[in-house]
Amino acid sequence: MIVDRVDFPLLAMQPDLHYLDSAATSQKPRAVLDAMMDYYTHDNANPHRGAYALSARATDCYHRARERIARFVGVHDIDRLIFTRGTTESLNLVAAAWGRTNIGAGDEIVVTGLEHHANFVPWQQIANEKGARLVICRLTDDGRVDVDHFRSLVGTRTKVVAFSHVSNALGTINPVEELSAIARRVGAVVVIDGAQAAPHLPLRLDDLDVDFYAFSGHKMLGPMGSGVLVGKRELLEAMPPYQTGGDMIEFVGDERSSWNVLPHKFEAGTPNVGDAVGLAAACEYLDRVGMDAVRRHEETITALASERLRAVGDVRIYGPPPAERSGVVSFTVGDIHPHDLATILDEDGVCIRAGHHCAQPLMRRLNVPATARASFYVYSDESDVDALVAGVERARAVFAG
Amino acid sequence: MTTEALYQELILEHNRKPRNFREMENADRKIEGRNPLCGDALTLWVKMDGDSIADVSFKGQGCAISKASASLMTTAVKGKTRDEAEHLFERFHDLVLGTLPESEQASLGSLRALGGVSRFPLRVKCASLAWHALRAALEQGEGEVSTEREGPEPPPLEGA
Repeated sequence: MIVDRVDFPLLAMQPDLHYLDSAATSQKPRAVLDAMMDYYTHDNANPHRGAYALSARATDCYHRARERIARFVGVHDIDRLIFTRGTTESLNLVAAAWGRTNIGAGDEIVVTGLEHHANFVPWQQIANEKGARLVICRLTDDGRVDVDHFRSLVGTRTKVVAFSHVSNALGTINPVEELSAIARRVGAVVVIDGAQAAPHLPLRLDDLDVDFYAFSGHKMLGPMGSGVLVGKRELLEAMPPYQTGGDMIEFVGDERSSWNVLPHKFEAGTPNVGDAVGLAAACEYLDRVGMDAVRRHEETITALASERLRAVGDVRIYGPPPAERSGVVSFTVGDIHPHDLATILDEDGVCIRAGHHCAQPLMRRLNVPATARASFYVYSDESDVDALVAGVERARAVFAG
Repeated sequence: MTTEALYQELILEHNRKPRNFREMENADRKIEGRNPLCGDALTLWVKMDGDSIADVSFKGQGCAISKASASLMTTAVKGKTRDEAEHLFERFHDLVLGTLPESEQASLGSLRALGGVSRFPLRVKCASLAWHALRAALEQGEGEVSTEREGPEPPPLEGA
């Protein structure tokens, strides 16, 4: 591990727990919990409203949180960073607000077979609504986007390409620059699901030529219910709002209304200041560890886990080699169903995810109903790998019969 | 609570060699059972003889618990009337929820092997999937329906 487990109250209180489900949600360091507690204890009021000092402090907390998070992901123009409930809401915002205005009959939307349902179903639905076509890019045998196939799919009808920076189910790190450049040649809008990238890779979004980039706070040490959409300013300004109501308006007439400036135009209602403050503290914590160190640590521990699991008989690992993968090992053990495996591992205090990982199109392409997934983060260490391997060996013994 | 109580030998054996694990060509009821949370899916075929279940079979994919439970169910309900099967499901459901009195458990026969599920609340749906499919088959007559909701059969699992 590259952080002190004591920083994480849940892990400190459960020393025998081997939490290997960080791709689903991460544990939270005390610094994040304290920041939220401080906000609610000292600065809580409805921001942007009251003409009193406390409301001004809440407004300031919210603004500083946005600045801190923007700095973490390398965004200079902080008004193009919109707070949402999470990646799912960010992507739905893009599909609904940008998509409904810009996608029409006969247009094509290109996604990949790797996508989480959050970056698949919104596009499928908007395609059905508009009479557009959802085109799904093939994968290679080791679970990477087939770039040649992607290139052949992107053409003059392509309005938008949407793909994950890092696959949640396999950990595949996609070549964002290469795929975006292909989309750029035909003028397609590029939408990236960064839910599994922002927690694990150093990001400079200003240097990445994409139109929309979505991520969640809760997978990167922040609170559940916090999320971000970073968009190109000119697109955000041209788009209609996603939700309407308080805070997002400029003027409301009896018949029509006008919209507030960015980012408020896309943040209807009382903002989630407490969780934004928590996510900013998470960014501070991760920056202190260093995202290059996070990436190196995950590559090391993922390689170790892959090697140790492969040494156990009957284990099949899905996805590319660890150097092209984030901290995820997706695997099956003989014909033991992943749910049964997860139940047996749970008895040893090992928490893994089993199932389709909200990626049913991918499971169909891998031709498996489900996989087991162990995922690592800053607090994972070799003892977690030991426990995982021991549990897998025990499951094999139970089902050997 | 150890997993040995969950994965009893009878469960493991039915998982390895499920009974009545076959398609049925002359079935008069066919139900697709789905657990949308975990992706488990099974197809259940039933042939009725008047008010009695003349034959029942299943195929599908799922964990050891759902497969063994489906297998044990087929052996338990064959020859039973509709009411008897429904009554058996009610008692079985109480068993896996942990609310069936000890004194009534003997009447469940080999289905008792699934009693360990009551200590694993997340797995109750696995054990109940086949039974929900059976109830739908008996109640909704002919046709293909999902056990999770009314309406048409969900789309097939084959890739696009």
